[in-house]
Amino acid sequence: MSLHPNPLQFAAGLTRGAPLPSRRHEAWKYSDLLRVLRELPPGSPAAEPSGQGPFAGLADLALVFVNGRGPEAATLGGVTAVRFISDATGTAHESRLRLRVPEGVSATLLESYEGHGSAYFANTLLEIALEPGARLERIVLADEPETAVSVSTADVRLSTGASYAQTVLTSGARLQRLETHVRHPGAGAAVRLDGVYVLAGARHADLTTAVDHEGETGTTSQLTKGAVRDTARGVFQGRITVRKGADGTDARMGHHALILSDRAEVDAKPELEIWADDVSCAHGNTVGSLDQDALFYARARGMDEATAKALLTEAFLGEVLDRMEHDGARELARAWLQERLQ
Amino acid sequence: MLSIANLQVSVADTPILRGLSLDVPAGEVHAIMGPNGAGKSTLGYALAGRPGYEPTGGSATLDGEDLLELDPNERAAAGLFLSFQYPLEIPGVPALTFVRTALNAQRRAQGLPESSAPEFLKAARAAAGQLKIDFDMLKRPLNVGFSGGEKKRMEVLQMALLQPRFLILDETDSGLDIDALRVVADGVNALRSPDRSMLVITHYQRLLDYIVPDRVHVLAAGRIVASGGPELAHTLEAEGYDRIVGEAA
Repeated sequence: MSLHPNPLQFAAGLTRGAPLPSRRHEAWKYSDLLRVLRELPPGSPAAEPSGQGPFAGLADLALVFVNGRGPEAATLGGVTAVRFISDATGTAHESRLRLRVPEGVSATLLESYEGHGSAYFANTLLEIALEPGARLERIVLADEPETAVSVSTADVRLSTGASYAQTVLTSGARLQRLETHVRHPGAGAAVRLDGVYVLAGARHADLTTAVDHEGETGTTSQLTKGAVRDTARGVFQGRITVRKGADGTDARMGHHALILSDRAEVDAKPELEIWADDVSCAHGNTVGSLDQDALFYARARGMDEATAKALLTEAFLGEVLDRMEHDGARELARAWLQERLQ
Repeated sequence: MLSIANLQVSVADTPILRGLSLDVPAGEVHAIMGPNGAGKSTLGYALAGRPGYEPTGGSATLDGEDLLELDPNERAAAGLFLSFQYPLEIPGVPALTFVRTALNAQRRAQGLPESSAPEFLKAARAAAGQLKIDFDMLKRPLNVGFSGGEKKRMEVLQMALLQPRFLILDETDSGLDIDALRVVADGVNALRSPDRSMLVITHYQRLLDYIVPDRVHVLAAGRIVASGGPELAHTLEAEGYDRIVGEAA
């Protein structure tokens, strides 16, 4: 999908006047930013944060951004919430944050995208560095207005022996893209890269990931699942590159989606690029509808069609939530999912 | 209770039931026997409302209510329960969650308050004990990786918790060894009552030694061709279907 070699530099251009990518750009062909924005809106004014955010009560520390204004950098440890709040109408803002997990430290990042107002463009850039033996679980919950345009790009760099786990949960927006790049050094480092999208109305969500295995015996386990209804559109682009010399890499990618209406759409582009020897790599991709036999079985036991569909869809997507490590966030994710499927 | 008159059902435009009539009064257990391909499973699916099983004529009513006009879930709320020959595996949905969701959907449809979690768990625990089901199994996804016998026991557990008025048991004995058959039959017999009726669909007489019917009907080529008391099942077992089906033809 020819992503930019320097993803943050590319992302920064989006709010600094560089030409907006359209479907003519390979990496953006399913998410045409130019079509929804046409031109860069004026800058968003300052605003006060509102509410406590979805992860209130779960974190030791909260970093808050409103319309792009927030801290520049933070060192992670324990449980940290990062709230990217947009309170804007017809304007644009860029948030930029550098995060570091020190050597041997385990940390949890609870990241939320919260929107008030409408038709804003939010551009978020994250630089995340894991030092040797560090562990980070990053959980992203994105709930933004149906008129919003939101692009978040994370550049994650792992050192040897580090472990990075990510679960992105999104309900989409007019156009929303959550893009993650992982530099994987192998050598005992481990990556889990998961996502769930639940889209209704005319919403659009794009989960794009690129994992670059640069050293020997690294592992990547990736599972993304989605459900789309009405005229919503889900996009999954996943690329795993195994560089020359990254022998013994074990990388698995799965993307599975349910299309719940005739006019909903899912576009998936899984890619494995392998230049090393003795690797174990696999990818699976399925897009389909609910199992009609299971649906009849549930209805024959008394569930109305909406209840049966919600139960089966929740079960389908729940497999991803089961992989989350932080108990409180997992319970919150379940409740979020149930609400989205009502 | 259940009254079927001249029912005709097609599957993929092929007529399978060709004028089937049957009355099962309240409190009675009737057996439907018949050779393979007679339309036994079609009868169960058509009564439960499975998509693709198209009624083209006749009627089927439960206590006067026209079943064929109702959605599958409305039929369940009206008290109909079809025990599947091959119960579906439902990945990701714990058995308890599945049954409680079904029960509460029925209660909402009946205008009743939902079952509370403690109330439901107590009933589930009691039913599992009677059916010799390890309670922890009910926390696992329904039927996923279960043996044939375990799946059939889960069907009976659902009957016990949903308390339907009319039960259709489609080949409930298939895949069961004799011990499992006894447990399943005991569970079904415990549900016999003056205001509940059952239709037991089976190819073999064996099940009817354990769930003894009031009446036995022989289904062949989409119609009831003979009816009698429980002894008819033994006659069929001894002589095979050919003679009775042949005489009727």
